[in-house]
Amino acid sequence: MARTAVLGRLRWQVATVTDVRDEGPIARTLGLTVPDWPGHDAGQHVDLRVTAPDGYSAQRSYSIANAPDDSRVELTIERLSDGEVSPYLADVVQAGDMLEVRGPIGGWFVWTEDVPAPVMLLGGGSGIVPLMAMVRARSKASIRPPFQLLYSVRTPDLVFFRDELAALHAPDDGFDVTFRYTRSAPPGWSEPVARIDRALLQRWGMPTADHPLAYVCGPTGFVETTANLLVDLGHPPERIRTERFGPTGGGP
Amino acid sequence: MNIISRGFSGRRRTVDPQLPPGQYLVEDFPVLSAGPTPRVDLEAWELRVVDESGRAQTWDWKAFRALPNEDVTTDLHCVTKWSKLGTHWNGVSVDTLLADFDTAADFVVASSYGGYTTNLPLEDLLDGQAWVAYAYDGEPLAPEHGGPARLLVPHLYLWKSAKWLRELQLRSDDEPGFWETLGYHNYGDPWREQRYWGD
Repeated sequence: MARTAVLGRLRWQVATVTDVRDEGPIARTLGLTVPDWPGHDAGQHVDLRVTAPDGYSAQRSYSIANAPDDSRVELTIERLSDGEVSPYLADVVQAGDMLEVRGPIGGWFVWTEDVPAPVMLLGGGSGIVPLMAMVRARSKASIRPPFQLLYSVRTPDLVFFRDELAALHAPDDGFDVTFRYTRSAPPGWSEPVARIDRALLQRWGMPTADHPLAYVCGPTGFVETTANLLVDLGHPPERIRTERFGPTGGGP
Repeated sequence: MNIISRGFSGRRRTVDPQLPPGQYLVEDFPVLSAGPTPRVDLEAWELRVVDESGRAQTWDWKAFRALPNEDVTTDLHCVTKWSKLGTHWNGVSVDTLLADFDTAADFVVASSYGGYTTNLPLEDLLDGQAWVAYAYDGEPLAPEHGGPARLLVPHLYLWKSAKWLRELQLRSDDEPGFWETLGYHNYGDPWREQRYWGD
């Protein structure tokens, strides 16, 4: 927290796209190299600016998906069908292209290893992205408090980072991932196909006596419902950090 | 100055004069908050103004709603880049709330149920520039948008318009609030694109 609060002026920097990969049918991860990147904390975001040949430009905010790094920034971007920028980033951009970014931004919805508390992560849809940065940061950290991830997603094919999450899932080593499907589940799925509800959180959540820190990220309705349920179950509001996705992620 | 993005053409070909730099238009009303939506019971709700000498005035809900109120139509600009134009509110002008205060304060810290704070120059809250709003589009203000009542300072980025308002503290010195200590601009003028420290 202390480090993220010490920000100088945030300048626009030229980022080069080094690699792209699909994240299921609705999203794509862009790997960027930013030469003067100051580093970031898991959960922060960047502002990204794209400019047309006639000078028209547009800015959006995107959560950073990768663990802290000196020069590499990964953005996992969901293609919004009525969007102006996300279809360009998810469909048109290729390796070698240049974009402008500034950041990192945000000092609240972040996780760093100097926070010793156990962590509950609750993500809805593309709200998984900043939580994935935290999961990845934990896996590289020297101190690894217990993490639990509850990932609510409409259908199995929309899961981002599927193979990596499966590889990291290791309850004995303190990282547990649970999926909640809200429209359709894989064959043989025994859990209800439904939105996150009180019964699930009661069963899944960490005991309040452990004073876990909760990070909740997703669409507004998801975050409102989920954060309220956590409060109902006795988790103090000040231990629940939220990031609500309107049309974009991040920030106040 | 900008780098051209190969293959990007954009959708809007003319610059909308109602949109500050770097903003884009939305039709919905996004919600952005740092934590759970506080539950504020109207029976227990109160709004307090306290000046730099410690003199305070408090309104309960009934007294607050008995104050003269105004219809406000205004544009909203969020630092996360969305803007919403022509929104309709009902609220009590901050001028009305401060009418009985004779203050030399230059700054205000607005505090919310739930612990949020934000700081503003007092002059930005005066002369018909700011309200404590309790209705949006003719309906009671929804909790996720700051109900029962929120500060509305539409000429600054929306994080300055503290939701779930509980207190306005008039101060001689400037005390940066929640986002202002986390890298966001101390003043937050959208027309000068003052998003972050140093902008």
